[in-house]
Amino acid sequence: MSMTRRHFLLLTAVAAAAWDSIIAGTPEAASTYNMTDHWYGMLMNIEKCIGCGSCVRACQLENKVPDGYFRTWVERYHIEDWTVENPTVDSPDGGKNGFVELKETGGKNFFVPKLCNHCADSPCTQVCPVGATFHTPDGVVLVDGKYCLGCRYCIQACPYGCRFLNPATNTAEKCSLCYHRITKGLTTACCENCPTGARQLVDFKNPNDPIHEFLKTHSVQVLKPYMATKAKVYYYGLDGSVR
Amino acid sequence: MKDFKDAGHLFRLAAVFAAVFLIFLLVRAALVPKGFGKYGHFRAEAIAEAMDKPLNYAGHKACEDCHSDIVEVKSKGKHKGVNCESCHGPQEKHVEDPGSVVPAKLETTSLCPRCHTANAAKPKNFPQVIPEDHSGGVPCDTCHKPHTPVIEAEAAEVKK
Amino acid sequence: MHVPVEGFMYPNEIELQWSVLIVLYPFITGLVAGAFILASLERVFNVQAVKPTYRLALLTALAFLIVAPMPLQLHLGRPERSFEMYLTPHRTSAMAMFGFVYLWYLLGVLVVEIWLEYRRDIVELAQSSAGPKKWLYRALTLGSYNVSERALKIDDKVGWIITVIGIPSAFLLHGYVGFIFGSIKANPWWSTPLMPVVFLFSAMVSGISVVMLLYMLTCRLRKRPINMPCVDTIAMYLFYTFLIDFTLEMVDLIHRIYEADESFRSLDFMVHSKLYFSQIMLQIGFGTIVPLVLLAITQLVNLPEAIRKFAYSIAGVLTLIGIFAMRWNVVIGGQLFSKSFLGYTTYKMGFVTKEGLLPAIVLSILPFVILWVLVKVLPPWYEEARLAQAAHGD
Repeated sequence: MSMTRRHFLLLTAVAAAAWDSIIAGTPEAASTYNMTDHWYGMLMNIEKCIGCGSCVRACQLENKVPDGYFRTWVERYHIEDWTVENPTVDSPDGGKNGFVELKETGGKNFFVPKLCNHCADSPCTQVCPVGATFHTPDGVVLVDGKYCLGCRYCIQACPYGCRFLNPATNTAEKCSLCYHRITKGLTTACCENCPTGARQLVDFKNPNDPIHEFLKTHSVQVLKPYMATKAKVYYYGLDGSVR
Repeated sequence: MKDFKDAGHLFRLAAVFAAVFLIFLLVRAALVPKGFGKYGHFRAEAIAEAMDKPLNYAGHKACEDCHSDIVEVKSKGKHKGVNCESCHGPQEKHVEDPGSVVPAKLETTSLCPRCHTANAAKPKNFPQVIPEDHSGGVPCDTCHKPHTPVIEAEAAEVKK
Repeated sequence: MHVPVEGFMYPNEIELQWSVLIVLYPFITGLVAGAFILASLERVFNVQAVKPTYRLALLTALAFLIVAPMPLQLHLGRPERSFEMYLTPHRTSAMAMFGFVYLWYLLGVLVVEIWLEYRRDIVELAQSSAGPKKWLYRALTLGSYNVSERALKIDDKVGWIITVIGIPSAFLLHGYVGFIFGSIKANPWWSTPLMPVVFLFSAMVSGISVVMLLYMLTCRLRKRPINMPCVDTIAMYLFYTFLIDFTLEMVDLIHRIYEADESFRSLDFMVHSKLYFSQIMLQIGFGTIVPLVLLAITQLVNLPEAIRKFAYSIAGVLTLIGIFAMRWNVVIGGQLFSKSFLGYTTYKMGFVTKEGLLPAIVLSILPFVILWVLVKVLPPWYEEARLAQAAHGD
C-alpha cells in the first residue's frame, strides 16, 4: 500500500510541474501593438467587385499560397430568372486571372469575393485536436503551422471551403487576415490591392472605423448565417442565391 | 490484509499501470511547448510567429512618403482610390532599397484590360470596354494617362 | 493530377482530404467493438452457446485494435506530430478524445480482460515452456504465480466487472467514431445525431460476422468439427443486430428523403450517380438485403448443417463487404459533393502512394497476421484441451 501512496505523491508533484510549465508562458514580443484593442473583420461590397482577381493574386504573392489553392478567391454567379436556388457558378483558378465573358449574359450576373470568415464561433478551431488553430485575442483565426498534425478535420469542418492542406508543408492553411500586416497598422494584401474598394478590413473595436456608420445605414449579411458561426466577414448587396 | 493475499497479482498490474502513467506525465511535462495555454488552447508563440511573416506589399502609405507628386496627380483623377501596388505590384523590396530595386515599367496593353474588359457580371457603372474593339491593340497609355485616366480633352468636352 | 469536377466546387474542395485509409479506420474499430460485444455476450449475459468463440473474439478485438490507429497515423500530413494529441488534447475536439478512448479501451479494458482470462494458462506455460518463450510468459505473469482457486475466483469477478465496464467502453469507442462525422454541421451528408448509433450497430454487425467467420475458419484449419449450436447462436445474433442496423439506416434515409432540406437534391443526385454502385448495389443490395435474406432463411427453415455453414459463410462475407461499403459511402461520399451543393468532385485513389490502395490492403491483412501471432502465444483453445483432458482423466 505504501508504494501506491508514494506513487500518488510523486504523481501530484509531476502534475504540478506540468501545470507550471503550461501557465508560465513566454515573454510577449516587444511591440506597441495591443491585441485586446482590436476585433477584426471585413466588409465586402458586392456592388463594387469587378472580378479582376487582384485580391487573389496579391494574396498569393503576399502569403506564398501554392498554385491551385486559395486563401481568398472570387466566384461569379449567373442567375437566369427567378430560379434563385439554381445559380450557375464558376471560379476558374479562383478568379485569379479574371473571368472570360459567359456565353449567356442575360439574367443577373455578379461577383462574390470570399475568404476565411474569421468566425467568432469557428467550427474549425472547435474540432482541432491539438490546438494548432486558434482565435487570437483580436479576433483572427490562425493556423500554427509548426504544431498542425495535418489531420484535416478542420478542413472538413469549415462550411465555407476556406481551408486546404498545403502540399509543401503538409499542414492546414487558410487566410491569416494578413496578421503580419494588420498588426503593423497596414491593411491586408487583398484590401490594399482591391482597385475599387470592394473589400475593406474593419476593426469593430475602433470607434472611428467607418464600418459603424456603414452598418447603421446598410443591410448586410454573412455567408450561410444558419451555420451560426458568428462570421465576421459582412457582405453588402449579397444575393440570396449565394452559397 | 488477508483478503488481499490472493489478489497480489492485481496490485502488480496496478503498479505497472501506475508506472506507465507516471512516465506519461513526465514525458508530457517535458514536451508540452512553452507558453502553451497563455492566451488559450494554443502555442502563444504562434501569434508572434504570425506577426513576423515578411511583407511583400509595402502599402500605399510607404509609396506616398516619397512619391507625393504622383499622389497629387492621382488625387484629381478617377484612379484616386486605386492603390499603387495594385498596378505596380509588390514593392516592399523597393521601399527597403529604393536605389537598387527599381520597379518595372508597366505594359498597359495587358494591365488595363484586367479591370476594364467588359463583363456582364461587372457593375454596370464601371467603365468597361472590349479592348480589341476599343483600341485594336494600341497601348492604352497612348491616349489615357494611367494616373488620371479620363482623357483631358474629352473631359473638357463633357464640361461644356 | 487533373480531377474531373462536375458543376461548381469551392476551389479548395476539389481535392479530397480523407482517403481510403480513413474508410478503413472506422471499419477496423467497428470490428473491434463488435468482436468485444460478442465476447461480452458470454461473459455478462451468460450466453453459454457462444463460449467457444469467447477467447477468439477477445484476441480478434485486440489484433484489430492494435492496427486501428495505423491508418490514421499514415494519413496525417505530419505523422511525427501525432503525440501532440496526448500532450495538448483540445477539449472541444471529438478527435482529440480518440487518443484517450483508444488507450483506455486498449489498456484499461481489453488487455486487462485478456490477461485475467489467460492468467492460469500463462502461469502454466511459464512453467512448462523453455527458451525465449519461457521468458515471455514469465514476463506476462508479472511475477505472480498464484493461480489458487481463490485467486482465479477473484480474477473471474474482476473480469466480469471489466467486461461490464467494457461494454459501454466499446460503445463509446465506436459511437465516438460516428460522432466525429455526425457532429460536423458543415456537412449535411454526415451531420445527423443518428450517425453514432448507426456506426455502433454496423460495428456490432461487422464484428459478429468477422468472429463467426474466423471461428469457422480456425476450426477448419485445426481440423476440428464446428460447434454448430455456437455458430447458429452467433448467426441468430447477427441476424437481429443486422435487422436493427438496417432499420436505423433506413430511418435515416427516409427521414432525409421526407425532410428534403436544402442539401437533398445534391445528395440525392450523388447517390444516384457517383455512389450508385457502392451505396445502392454494394451497401444496400449485396451487403445488406442479400445477407439478411440468407440469415432469415436459416432462422425460418430447418436446413442441413452443410447448407447452414455455407449460408453463414456467404452471409458473413457479404456483410463485411456491405459494412465496408457503408464506411466508404460515409467517408468518401461526404467529400464528393460541394458544400455549395452545386457540384461534385471525384475521388482518385492512388495505388503505391502513402494513402493509396496498397497500404490499405497491407493494413487490412495486418490484423490477421497479428491475430495469428496472438493465437500462437495465447492459444484460445488451451482451456478446451484442458477440459477435454480433465474429462478423459475422469
